[in-house]
Amino acid sequence: MTEINLEEEFNNVEIVDYDVLVIGAGGAGLRATIEAATQGAKVGVVCKSLLGKAHTVMAEGGAAAALGMADSRDSWEVHFRDTMRGGKLHGNWKMAEIHAKEAPDRILELERWGAVFDRTPDGKINQRNFGGHQYPRLAHVGDRTGLELIRTLQDKVVHEDNVTVHMETTITHLLKEKDQVVGAFGYTREEGALYQFNAKAVILATGGIGKSYKITSNSWEYTGDGHSMAFDIGADLIDMEFIQFHPTGMVYPTSVKGVLVTEGVRGEGGILRNSEGERFMFNYVPEMFAGEYAETEEEARRWLNGDDSARRPPELLTRDIVAKAILSEVKAGRGTPHGGAYLDISHRPSEYVKKKLPSMYHQFKTLAGLDITQEPMQVGPTTHYIMGGVRVDPETQATSVKGLFAAGEVAGGLHGANRLGGNSLSDLIVFGKRAGEHAAKFAQEASNVPQPGKDTITSIIAEVLAPFEEGREENPYQIHRDLQEMMGENVGIIRDEERLTEGINQLKQFAERVNNAKATGTRQYNPGWHEVLDVQRMIKSSMLFAVAAKARKESRGAHTRDDFPKTNKDLTNVLYIVRKDEDGNPIIVEEDMEPMPDELQELIEVEY
Amino acid sequence: MAEDLKVNLNVQRGTPESGIHMEEYEVPVDPKMVVLDAVHELQAIQAPDLAVRWNCKAGKCGSCSAEVNGKPRLMCMSRLSDYDLNETLTIKPMKTFPLIKDLVTDVSWNYEVNKNIKPYAHPEGTEYHKMYQEEVDRVQEFRKCIECFLCQNVCHVLRSHDRKDAFAGPRFMVRLASLEMHPLDTADRIPDIREKYGVGFCNITRCCTEVCPEEIPITDEAIIALKERVVDRYYDPVSMFVRKLFVRN
Repeated sequence: MTEINLEEEFNNVEIVDYDVLVIGAGGAGLRATIEAATQGAKVGVVCKSLLGKAHTVMAEGGAAAALGMADSRDSWEVHFRDTMRGGKLHGNWKMAEIHAKEAPDRILELERWGAVFDRTPDGKINQRNFGGHQYPRLAHVGDRTGLELIRTLQDKVVHEDNVTVHMETTITHLLKEKDQVVGAFGYTREEGALYQFNAKAVILATGGIGKSYKITSNSWEYTGDGHSMAFDIGADLIDMEFIQFHPTGMVYPTSVKGVLVTEGVRGEGGILRNSEGERFMFNYVPEMFAGEYAETEEEARRWLNGDDSARRPPELLTRDIVAKAILSEVKAGRGTPHGGAYLDISHRPSEYVKKKLPSMYHQFKTLAGLDITQEPMQVGPTTHYIMGGVRVDPETQATSVKGLFAAGEVAGGLHGANRLGGNSLSDLIVFGKRAGEHAAKFAQEASNVPQPGKDTITSIIAEVLAPFEEGREENPYQIHRDLQEMMGENVGIIRDEERLTEGINQLKQFAERVNNAKATGTRQYNPGWHEVLDVQRMIKSSMLFAVAAKARKESRGAHTRDDFPKTNKDLTNVLYIVRKDEDGNPIIVEEDMEPMPDELQELIEVEY
Repeated sequence: MAEDLKVNLNVQRGTPESGIHMEEYEVPVDPKMVVLDAVHELQAIQAPDLAVRWNCKAGKCGSCSAEVNGKPRLMCMSRLSDYDLNETLTIKPMKTFPLIKDLVTDVSWNYEVNKNIKPYAHPEGTEYHKMYQEEVDRVQEFRKCIECFLCQNVCHVLRSHDRKDAFAGPRFMVRLASLEMHPLDTADRIPDIREKYGVGFCNITRCCTEVCPEEIPITDEAIIALKERVVDRYYDPVSMFVRKLFVRN
């Protein structure tokens, strides 16, 4: 490529103005957009992919909400209790309370907007059992609930008058002047054109980080953009050490290793067995849940047949527990030929399986040549979700930087040390709405929002176009593969001081190495160029969870330290905040969480 | 990579401005890969700027539609082992939409069509409206659509005759059917289905149904059903009489 003319590039930047800019068009981003537009704000939504393709589309099992339609014993109090216990008491109790109380309204609202959930025999929304939820709680559509959610929100968004959607547009930087967020900078895939979005308020809804790992259920988009961009402008992040490894990803064939197998399989009665045929989850019920799960196969079978007096099968323990159980079985030499566990749903009627789990049936049939109504699947842990994220105010979703809001996976707090299945889709719509509402209010009240200076924009342009410079050597795809190997090795499911230190050191080298990554060809729809920018973001966000993982010297929920295998109750209420220091490096600041009021504490019944 | 298996990929490259051509590559693969993996392997090693659209690689987002050996497919759900790997594998973008670059096309027309479809209209009032599973089975079938636009790509009306001005295409017949058959929806789209969206253009060749990765019975359940509703409204003698009476008064 010829020399970059920064002056000319600066003059060619397209400038667009909004009241509220939403970055990300998954469930949280779209729900925020609808709310901000309803409040009268002029809203721009930017998404890396086409509209309707965001990662939400891959959510399978359902959205948790205590509607009490499938079991009238359910209530917000029980949902709150389950969420807090699932998060190993480390979740933000205020968020968990808001979430449990508001999720039912958000689900009913989706139905008023055209969503068609599976029904109960008496014509209400059917709700499915899931890990860690005491009652059947997940509103669902077979095993494609995320698609239903995103399509419903998408169709609502495109009919809003004051909303503009920027498809296949990537945000590379947040813009900040003085102490306030004033917009974002990015580029379009189709033309490689540079864009400056000025906005009075910005909502981050960028999802997660899974592409830092090789074995992952996450899509192309999950490169930690929001986490690292928020860090860059000085926002606080919390709970970054908690990354969920979903217990059931495909392990075979190798090219699809990591692709998700919905927890709905276990919700519909799926059984886990080791290579010796043993139903091993009975051996892994932890103290916190003692007495709450079935103790024999016979009792589990009665539960499946609708006997209210029987307890839930242990396959429905929380994800952190099931993932570790599978790993332990494999380690003990009782794994399947492809290094996982058997997950079997073939004891249920074939037609029922095809009706309730159609995409699982299809996925295994097409990719593995296996009929799940006849044979067991082989499954093992896969990187799935980051509990941690940008620290937000529970009520407003405002971050520690003025004008910046965050919702969905990129925000931290609700899920604590481990997220319950089904709590993600409900998180998106509960807190997406709140973020939209409060960002719109903030924008209405904002006056004299400064414009970003020419110097700021010019230096960003130089950074974004740098991969085209002469003399760069490295292949960004190779750096990405090496990063994934290294992260799996050093910042994976099982961690210790030595490996985490090694991981952090290596990430520093990766940060150097990516400065030499090259892009070739033109700027038009250029995946190589995009890969350089993505890998930069992945390296930066990986550092955030590596340092947090090193700081937490205990095992809790999804965070497992070989050198500190026990949960330390003194650390239940300790937050490790990741923050940028003056040199731009992440530092850890320890802070005590606000104590839970007694009336909520009583609901939880257990202490750590 | 297992053994030294290599496959020849013949891939369309270029843009309308720079000109398009087919380029042949020898790509190391594992036979357990899907076609999209092979394209990624090619991108990572030999052609870093090769444009391909993809997201989930799990058949759920509908981004990686292309024509593999002339057959429209999702590349992520096409196993290499289903092809004779001694033969060259030809990969081209969808033909019906304007090319952007390499394997990526401009599908924005679809989004424009959707924007103009009357959205779902819920009954007024605050009471909770029940729906029964048997009433929603068909609607749920339509709502499985992942918008891969492969049905649009193979539809003769759009592909051979380029009548995007007159026919909304199978994808949106499915969308319209999901709204029209929703047990609670109160809007009326039948006049639009006849005039604006041109349901009459479909001559029931069922090509769309054949390529649907979600196996939605597009022609039989959506398009024919909509055709019947249009006929009932406009050509049924009783309703024609009632309408004439109504219009006169």
